[in-house]
Amino acid sequence: MKILVCISQVPDTTSKIAFSDNNTSFSTAGVTMIINPYDEWYSLVRALELKEGGQAAAVHLITVGKADTEPVIRKALAIGGDEAIRIDTDSNDPYVIAAEIAAYAQNEGYDLVLCGKETIDYNNGVVGAMLAEMLDMNYVGFASKLDIAGGVATIHREIEGGEEVDSATLPLVVSCQKGMAEARIPNMRGIMAARTKPLKIVAPAAIQPLTAIDSFEMPPAKTGVKMFTIDNLNELVSALHNEAKVI
Amino acid sequence: MSIIVLAEHSQNTFKKKTFEAVQYAATLAQSMGTSATALVLGSADESAMQQLGAYGAQKVWHVADSRLDNLNSRAYTKAIATAVEKAGAAIVITLHDVTGKAVAPRLAARLKAGLVAGAISQPDLSKGFVIKKSVFSGKAFSHINITSDKKVVTLMPNSFPVKKGEGTAAVEKLEVAFDDKDFGVQVKEVKAVSGDSIPLPEAELVVSGGRGMKGPENWGVLENLAQSLGAALACSRPVADSHWRPHHEHVGQTGGTIRPNLYIAVGISGAIQHLAGVNSSKTIVVINKDPEAPFFKAADYGVIGDALEIVPKLTEAVKKFKAEQAG
Ligand SMILES: Cc1cc2nc3c(=O)[nH]c(=O)nc-3n(C[C@H](O)[C@H](O)[C@H](O)COP(=O)(O)OP(=O)(O)OC[C@H]3O[C@@H](n4cnc5c(N)ncnc54)[C@H](O)[C@@H]3O)c2cc1C
Ligand SMILES: Nc1ncnc2c1ncn2[C@@H]1O[C@H](COP(=O)(O)O)[C@@H](O)[C@H]1O
Repeated sequence: MKILVCISQVPDTTSKIAFSDNNTSFSTAGVTMIINPYDEWYSLVRALELKEGGQAAAVHLITVGKADTEPVIRKALAIGGDEAIRIDTDSNDPYVIAAEIAAYAQNEGYDLVLCGKETIDYNNGVVGAMLAEMLDMNYVGFASKLDIAGGVATIHREIEGGEEVDSATLPLVVSCQKGMAEARIPNMRGIMAARTKPLKIVAPAAIQPLTAIDSFEMPPAKTGVKMFTIDNLNELVSALHNEAKVI
Repeated sequence: MSIIVLAEHSQNTFKKKTFEAVQYAATLAQSMGTSATALVLGSADESAMQQLGAYGAQKVWHVADSRLDNLNSRAYTKAIATAVEKAGAAIVITLHDVTGKAVAPRLAARLKAGLVAGAISQPDLSKGFVIKKSVFSGKAFSHINITSDKKVVTLMPNSFPVKKGEGTAAVEKLEVAFDDKDFGVQVKEVKAVSGDSIPLPEAELVVSGGRGMKGPENWGVLENLAQSLGAALACSRPVADSHWRPHHEHVGQTGGTIRPNLYIAVGISGAIQHLAGVNSSKTIVVINKDPEAPFFKAADYGVIGDALEIVPKLTEAVKKFKAEQAG
């Protein structure tokens, strides 16, 4: 079995968010980029576990991004994986990302494609299901557990107010979230090994975007917190009713 | 050019969020001079489906195949694509929930439609088809223009007030030619978390506890407060990690993302990873004994003091208010 893990690069959660070019682009100045946590902690580690357990022969990592994403993909390789592919383009449109990955993956015979539940920057959570359609694969989203035996996957996935256990035939795309695996920290051996692992740079298929960012906007600053004390909680309740109108 | 809206139901019950999606689609249709058709998948009662008319659906198409009682992204996608083709529709609306997130992107890929995931506004048609959504885990918004002819939008639940109007919609059957491959994912078991409690992702009011609650034995006061409000319970990550509360209640960067009308945070410091899951809440109340707790910066209302003293008093105040409302 061959596994493809989709790795995206995102700003560290603690980054200050600011926009430039008349609020049309995200300013990366002074921002540390990291592997999207769902991709790093859950998809990647589960793929490695499947290989270590003998269910998978190869784990490939793929990212759609320009040269500035290489430190992040190397870090992912230091955690594990046999080789990485970087598709040399950049887009905010999830359709473009999915179509670029699909264009590469369609002739590579992957049985399982893992991605994260969403990226922590654009919060879409859609690339995995798009990929499933483009590669004509089954799809299960928001998985917290994944096991594979005899070409069939058993998956625990989140549903409203609970959890469902599904069985799905391969080939399959799964989007991963908490519960799937325990995060791993790259060790020295991994970091050394990552330096010599193949990182293939692939020319983009030049997919046309179907959406464009018109602008960004910061939320209005909170006008300041109104304080109450244990002695005037009735007034807090009135404020929630009359002012905030939430109860 | 009409609009198709996926009208989700769970075992024949249409929830508020579905009415919201139908109304969103109907409002958009009206501004574009067209109409909205609600699509219902799986076993459902005629009379329940007709009610969708009261939220603006002009008609309902029903794909009455019981294999659709469980989510199957391929089969759902095929059903919606069939409806799109039959109606000559250009726009599809779903909710931004577990079903919508599994189906809408698949459909968008099939139709070559631009997708906005998690819309919180109606499209601004004066600038094209520009929709607002939350990005960077609630720290900013983006306005995205869908430039393709076909368009798919997933609506963030709880973004618009729902108003029930008049009228019923006529229900017509829609036949869809499925094959076995469309059902390549089979449900083996459903583990409901708990029967009658409100599922966190769709709760309008949420009471949440952190490490400041000291231990699971103190959760009774939060349960009472939640009960008095009709709120769901949530918690911070260390609380779930220490098994004080079940993991599905954990919110934040690694847990669930919620967007209730009211989020009451009790004994939670307000770390950035926690805020990532909750800072799109419309109103935030923070109860913390430390006046310097970072959460106060993100709060609308605050109370400084010991949670175990304040929460029971707040519950009393809520009960008093409710009694006055009722009387
Ligand atoms: C990569 C990463 C991802 C993370 N993801 C998440 C996530 O998804 N969700 C999440 O919640 N956290 C997450 N965290 C952890 C986060 O950084 C914080 O450590 C965590 O949110 C703190 O939880 P807390 O506020 O309950 O506890 P604490 O930080 O210990 O805060 C307890 C608070 O309770 C107050 N308090 C104490 N006693 C009382 C009392 N008697 N009455 C009233 N107040 C009292 C204290 O003043 C304090 O503010 C993540 C961290 C990392 C590094
Ligand atoms: N640029 C990218 N390159 C590779 N994978 C990506 C990229 N963007 C998103 N993904 C994958 O798709 C998942 C969901 O992303 P999104 O739909 O953008 O929220 C991520 O967790 C990644 O696994």
